Amino acid sequence: MSIDLKTIKHISKLSRISVDEKKAEKLAGDLNSIFDFIEKLNELKTDNVEPLTSVAETTLKLRSDEVKSKNLRDQVIKNSPKENEDYFVVPKVIE
Amino acid sequence: MSDITKQSLSELAENIKSKKLSSSEVTKAFVERSEKSKELNTYITEDYANALNKSKKFDEKPNLDLKLPGIPIAVKDLFCTRDLRTTAGSKILNNFVPTYESTVTQNIWNEGAILMGKLNCDEFAMGSSNETSFFGNVQNPIDKNLVPGGSSGGSSSAVAAQLTPITIGTDTGGSIRQPASFTGTVGLKPTYGSCSRYGIVAFASSLDQAGPMAQNVKDCALLQEVISTYDEKDSTSIDFKRNEYSKELTKDIKGKKIGIPKEYRVDGMPKEIEDLWKKGIEYAKDCGAEIIDISLPHTNYALPTYYIVAPAEASSNLARYDGVKYGFRAEGENLIDMYEKTRSEGFGAEVQRRIMIGTYVLSSGYYDAYYLKAQKVRKLIKNDFDEAYKKVDAILTPSTPSSAFKIGEKTNDPVSMYLNDIFTVPVNLAGLPGISIPAGHDAKGYPLGLQIIGKAFDEQNILNIAYAMEEKINFKNNITDWWIK
Repeated sequence: MSIDLKTIKHISKLSRISVDEKKAEKLAGDLNSIFDFIEKLNELKTDNVEPLTSVAETTLKLRSDEVKSKNLRDQVIKNSPKENEDYFVVPKVIE
Repeated sequence: MSDITKQSLSELAENIKSKKLSSSEVTKAFVERSEKSKELNTYITEDYANALNKSKKFDEKPNLDLKLPGIPIAVKDLFCTRDLRTTAGSKILNNFVPTYESTVTQNIWNEGAILMGKLNCDEFAMGSSNETSFFGNVQNPIDKNLVPGGSSGGSSSAVAAQLTPITIGTDTGGSIRQPASFTGTVGLKPTYGSCSRYGIVAFASSLDQAGPMAQNVKDCALLQEVISTYDEKDSTSIDFKRNEYSKELTKDIKGKKIGIPKEYRVDGMPKEIEDLWKKGIEYAKDCGAEIIDISLPHTNYALPTYYIVAPAEASSNLARYDGVKYGFRAEGENLIDMYEKTRSEGFGAEVQRRIMIGTYVLSSGYYDAYYLKAQKVRKLIKNDFDEAYKKVDAILTPSTPSSAFKIGEKTNDPVSMYLNDIFTVPVNLAGLPGISIPAGHDAKGYPLGLQIIGKAFDEQNILNIAYAMEEKINFKNNITDWWIK
């Protein structure tokens, strides 16, 4: 298996991380050596194995649907990178 | 008392309760030693002035019934602390000041402890040497330019160097036990669901657990008793009967059945690790335990499984860092450009690498081949342990395949770095508790650790085994204070 530069560019787009040519080449090398190592799993036959999605063998607890916290707007906005009053500010999206 | 920082947590708590020491004296001693130890780079954020004030307030009206009365504690910078910057070792959270407190740290403050500061760690806990931190390498107090392990490297270094009496770390694939092993300290990764994950910066949610890192087993048991609580704010927190681990601690482990898994004798394992393991078996026998050979046949598949599951969950968890709601933002020409630049400049190389792996294994066309496959193998790994625990009460292994290595020695080869976690990762995949205790030194005089793995929710049993073995091993950490001028 080999991850080429085109695949790296595709993953970079999906993960919203920009990569230039140099970084893409480095990543391709790293990912290929990591996936060589991961391929070991193909030695195992797993057709009839149930996937493990959670090690905690409990069912989720139900709770009543009540608001417990007070109005947290100021706290939520506090760490926003742009100065603003009531909203998160982002670059203009609609022309 | 000049030797305050040499005392264990249990001794300090006892001395404060019997009024031989005040919280101010103790806090001052640890703050002073921390200030003299800047070269170790253990702290990302210091909160000394507040700590000293809080200790004075504690002394004015001391509540001596608490378990951690006026004890100063520094914690890994992965725990959100209200009004004190929490970075997760990342540039992207460099300016993040939480407006809420993690449940685990809240439990510690509720028992009277005082926050001294936030300790260095690998970025988003992704690393085994603390070298991926945006805030620089941490020195291992054992020797200059030696890594303290990771990801809880600031924590292990701070406990070994006696800058904090005890600390908490987090462990996703070995991040408490491996650094404990590298620094001659004790580290416990509890059962998944034992400690709340609320307010801990998420890495891989099905694997992450918080746990204590200490100078000895008794201190470790005491802190575990404090931090392990059922929490409705974490949907995977488990409501089981928790022991009073420190009170119920016993060295009587006569007749306990301890398993030795043959698959942990990995190719190329250094002889000194093999010898350490043999010695460990003898110590366990001396304590009255019965040794039983067992098999965990899928051990070799644990690391490849982990390097699918953990990055997959990380890529999903780290999607929240977009430069919009909090943290670092790089300006861009449009929204997408802003996202891409923010994440490219805000995350370090290892974090980007893991997000890429995770995105790839979850992407259309590859999900079944990688992610689903890994979940199935994870089931086989858990079945191995379930089968073994029909015959034994606990399992004894080395903690790591080597002692601590030099800074820069493994940074160019991600896979060789990942191999550090070969003995610890299976425990996270199966959700079990594991403890690393210092058990000897290699030829260079660097500490080596042994790991005791327990059944789910059986922390008391592995603490007891560790407590009994600790006495037989009688380990002495060789710290020369080389960094203090």
